[in-house]
Amino acid sequence: MNNLSERQAAPGIMNFDRPVPDIFRIHLGGVWEIGQQLPSAGQVQELIAADPRIRRIVFDSTALEGWDSALIIFLTKIIESGTKAGIAVERTGLPSGVQRLFCLASTVREPGGMTSHATREPLLARIGERTLGSLRASAGVLDFIGEATLAFFRLLGATARFRWADLGLTIQECGPGALPIVSLISALVGIIVAFVGIVQLRVFGAEVYIADVVGIAMAREMGALMTAIIMMGRTGAAFAAQLGTMEVNEEIDAFRTLGISPMEFLVMPRILALVLMMPLLCIYSDIVGILGGALIGIGMFDLSVTQYYDQTIQALTLTQLSIGIVKSAVFGVLIALSGCYYGIHCGRSASAVGNAATSAVVTGIVLIVVTDGIFAVITNALWI
Amino acid sequence: MNTSNNEPREERPHITVHDLTMAYGSHVVMQNLSFSIQRGEIFVVMGGSGCGKSTLMKVMIGLKYPQKGQVYYGDVNFWESDQALRNRVLRNIGILYQRGALWSSMTIGENVALPLEEYTDLSPSRISEIVSFKLSLVGLAGFEEYYPAEISGGMAKRAALARAMALDPEILFFDEPSSGLDPVSARLLDDLILELRESLQTTVVVVSHDLESIFAIADNTVFLDAETRTMIASGNPKTLLAETRDPKVRRFLTRGKPDIRKNREREKDTYCPENE
Repeated sequence: MNNLSERQAAPGIMNFDRPVPDIFRIHLGGVWEIGQQLPSAGQVQELIAADPRIRRIVFDSTALEGWDSALIIFLTKIIESGTKAGIAVERTGLPSGVQRLFCLASTVREPGGMTSHATREPLLARIGERTLGSLRASAGVLDFIGEATLAFFRLLGATARFRWADLGLTIQECGPGALPIVSLISALVGIIVAFVGIVQLRVFGAEVYIADVVGIAMAREMGALMTAIIMMGRTGAAFAAQLGTMEVNEEIDAFRTLGISPMEFLVMPRILALVLMMPLLCIYSDIVGILGGALIGIGMFDLSVTQYYDQTIQALTLTQLSIGIVKSAVFGVLIALSGCYYGIHCGRSASAVGNAATSAVVTGIVLIVVTDGIFAVITNALWI
Repeated sequence: MNTSNNEPREERPHITVHDLTMAYGSHVVMQNLSFSIQRGEIFVVMGGSGCGKSTLMKVMIGLKYPQKGQVYYGDVNFWESDQALRNRVLRNIGILYQRGALWSSMTIGENVALPLEEYTDLSPSRISEIVSFKLSLVGLAGFEEYYPAEISGGMAKRAALARAMALDPEILFFDEPSSGLDPVSARLLDDLILELRESLQTTVVVVSHDLESIFAIADNTVFLDAETRTMIASGNPKTLLAETRDPKVRRFLTRGKPDIRKNREREKDTYCPENE
């Protein structure tokens, strides 16, 4: 192909003649390269279709000065329409390079059974497939939860096999490692709650009750919820990506074939670490949030430190605190389960790892908020 | 195999695959596979890319359920046994995965040590001696403290072999052992496979399409064909090359060259493993 050479190219031209009535000869001339104005194959197709006497198409490329894929595409169209109309297309008049490329394109072929699923199933079949698919997926989730529960019992019976060093490392990663971001978000949430609340309370001259609002909001709801959402995005996604990469690299297969359950060895330490760390992070988040609220109450609205402290202590009961703490432990299980589930069921490609992390975070956050709602209904029904 | 108390009879093949069909959903990958592998034999599963060689290995090592058929290890019907018995069979199998599959969060030393920690009561110092020995067998002495990400692909593969050999398995599976290795390392790995068989009488099952390696190490082979979705030939590769009339097998064994019996003259100067 001459398309690399710098020259003033003569554009591609095409002429026809009929040496005998049943032969249609195409003369190709000039340069046929991508990006140039070239004759269209439709013109030839029309001419051929108009004359039923044509039995053969031949080419003459003696005037052809240069060509690239543009010519091949043009010729492919002519060959296809010729074959469809039962007209023989002789390639002998084409440049030898073009002939070789056509030969190559028609011989390199994947063995049978590897064709793509080009045919689209009818609508009902697709709905059925999807439904069965989601049923199978739900069964898979239940299977996973069941297996995790069994592994947990084996852990209690001290027969589960995992390395305590791994547990320590995961605790380090998802506990102390999360403190900076939890501090930042909790302080801001405390400040925001204080601002929103104090504007309303001021109307009644009841600014001092801002301590109650911030304390209860943080302890019951915001501490646990914000920590859970942070940890889902931070640690849950990391779990999904770690386990997903291990699946891609066949590392999880290597555990299975060694007779080591990935559930015990990989999932259990992660669930344990989160269940242990989440309540601690939640308490920490409560404290930082309350301090954030105090900053606004004391710094901007003339409440004294003692006043704010006394009011907070009065408002916060052990029940309020423990609701948040219990919730955070449950959220910990949800985060670890959704992260690990999507990680272990990851496909075998790089994009599959990304999808696993995304699905884990989306599912995890939905689960967390729904569970929080269920807790709200239950605590309301129980008058606590 | 220590899976049964009564010693398996001598004539019983080490591994038997009987009428095996493998499928992904409704797509059948391979069907009607039947062959047996003798104790101490180097057996190669060969065939073109994507024909189902690795899937066959997955079925044999318990990672994928067969759609139909059986896999026997000695007298044990693998897929009809319970998980505990299957784990006992697997304990006698070492596997070298295509990309090594070293556990990336552990050092090379910990990788090799983990099977020993899980399945033996050896003291930590004894385990570290064995780890050093296994690593020196694959030319990686002194690399215990490195993480898999810190060493080259070829080294990772050798480290993975050391891990596969950690428990002195009776059977070693290799998935494309030469892929990702330079020619010299690939030949060294072939030598190592032969050496292992000679010194430990290990049964070796290799999934490969590397012709040079197949001719160098295989005692016996089976050829999987993607088009007919079954095995179309089996036997020693050199005998196969000399005797087979099947054009697909011949094309594979001669690297896609035309029939060399007919074109001896023309083929004289090109690669012909039969003449080596």
